[in-house]
Amino acid sequence: MDPAVERLKTGFEKFKTEVYDQKPDLFEPLKAHQSPKYMVFACADSRVCPSVTLGLEPGEAFTVRNIAAMVPCYCKNKHTGVGSAIEYAVCALKVEFIVVIGHSRCGGIKALLNLKDGADDTFHFVEDWVRIGYPARKKVKDECSEMPFEEQCGVLEKEAVNVSLQNLSTYPFVKEAVANGTLKLVGGHYDFVSGKFDTWAL
Amino acid sequence: MPETPTTPSGAYPSTPHGPQSPPARLPVPPPRAAPLRRRPRPEPRHRVGECDSPVSPFPGLPRFRFADSWLFLGVRQIGDSTARGVTLRAAGSGRSDFSCATKASEDHSGLTRQLLDFQHDTVDETDGGYDPFSQLKERFTDFKQRNYVENFTNYQKLAEQQTPEFMVVACADSRVCPTSILGLQPGDAFTVRNVANLVPPYEHGASETTAALEFAVNSLQVPNVLVVGHSRCGGIQALMSMKSKKDDRSSRTFIRDWVSLGKSARLSTEAAAGNLSFESQCRHCEKESINSSLLNLLTYPWIEERVKEGNLNLHGGYYNFIDCTFEKWTLVYRPGLEGGSKYAIKNRSTWS
Repeated sequence: MDPAVERLKTGFEKFKTEVYDQKPDLFEPLKAHQSPKYMVFACADSRVCPSVTLGLEPGEAFTVRNIAAMVPCYCKNKHTGVGSAIEYAVCALKVEFIVVIGHSRCGGIKALLNLKDGADDTFHFVEDWVRIGYPARKKVKDECSEMPFEEQCGVLEKEAVNVSLQNLSTYPFVKEAVANGTLKLVGGHYDFVSGKFDTWAL
Repeated sequence: MPETPTTPSGAYPSTPHGPQSPPARLPVPPPRAAPLRRRPRPEPRHRVGECDSPVSPFPGLPRFRFADSWLFLGVRQIGDSTARGVTLRAAGSGRSDFSCATKASEDHSGLTRQLLDFQHDTVDETDGGYDPFSQLKERFTDFKQRNYVENFTNYQKLAEQQTPEFMVVACADSRVCPTSILGLQPGDAFTVRNVANLVPPYEHGASETTAALEFAVNSLQVPNVLVVGHSRCGGIQALMSMKSKKDDRSSRTFIRDWVSLGKSARLSTEAAAGNLSFESQCRHCEKESINSSLLNLLTYPWIEERVKEGNLNLHGGYYNFIDCTFEKWTLVYRPGLEGGSKYAIKNRSTWS
């Protein structure tokens, strides 16, 4: 077996013996259904799995991971991947919190900040995706132009979370649930360079 | 999508909410061992939405209501939902700042740890409500002490760059985090999670999954892509439950539009297992859908090229949490093969 795959086998067997078999009270009800309290948006970056950093147990968080943890604006005909996840989480699972978590040294945010107006994209799809955060990029370029690039990235990592939180509110079912008080939107930022985790609410 | 902004009904598999047994609750953390200094209670907290916090980390930018950092400042109230008459407050805070600044980047050998100005009052939760964020804060602290500190050198290396061995496409289902199931460590796997772990075909156009594939394969140059499906998948159930209403606009939902990407898996399931129970058909479709996604991967020119060159392997995985087994297999792609299928499966095994 490929050593990389062999490692997964070892990892799974460890999960089974040390976690699954040890917690029947947790896993038994999960066989029938899930009722997570959280929906989490996190980056696909290999260093920032929210289950690890927040110690999320199976059943706790319906988790979407994509480049830079972005949430696009509501549009009926586009971004059905994200739309379906939010729709399922809010309407079917009735989660109580949606948490959008950015992080340090995010490649997606760096790509967003590096966008050159009028220039060709380096990739075909990546820049198109991170442009969701364009309002945040504009704000950082306008208001933090004196900062070095890396510091601008740090600010943009959080501003992009705010754009995603605002975009979440454009989904009718999210807006309704927030207005009813049954759903709250929270922003987060994980800095793995200095070991910090910030949270905030818009 | 429905024209009116109402909650779509009948579009989802029956996922009982308010189950017979209460949802698993987070365990109550143990009381703090270290004594903490107190300071006078500050001014009343701002309500959510007020934007004049005294200190903004981002001078010059419009101020948002920032709750405090965990491990840096205390967790203030988040989500003051007066509509429900509930005030969510973190136990032991909500009134002042406390700093538990573990500046790992300054001195990691012992880690500087400063507990400053922590108001230790236990806040009365007037309705006995549950505050998940204080629990998460405890969890992050636990991760920090148990994992981050011990692996600090590794995290500092990872801070420079990531070179994951895998890209994983997994379902967003709360029960099937691939990191947990497969014991993945930070840096191991660039991971996308969406409804029903679907990979759209190239001609579908832009999507978050497509962008992630492009980045993982072309920039990070991962050597493996692993698509992981699972048992009792709500997205697959929705796919199998869909009535054929192509022109019925009122039945359009995001879920319906997205899971329709798996329609070839549904068709092959009905052909192979149409005589079985609905639940068995769903089981079958969960696996068919993984294969459909693997084949969709090959519709991406940059992926097909790397697979042909032998620089990229495509794997399927199926996690069954009913009996805790993990089945995995590898796709073989032989585009030049004369006669017979270009595709085959190898190295299939079940871990249990």
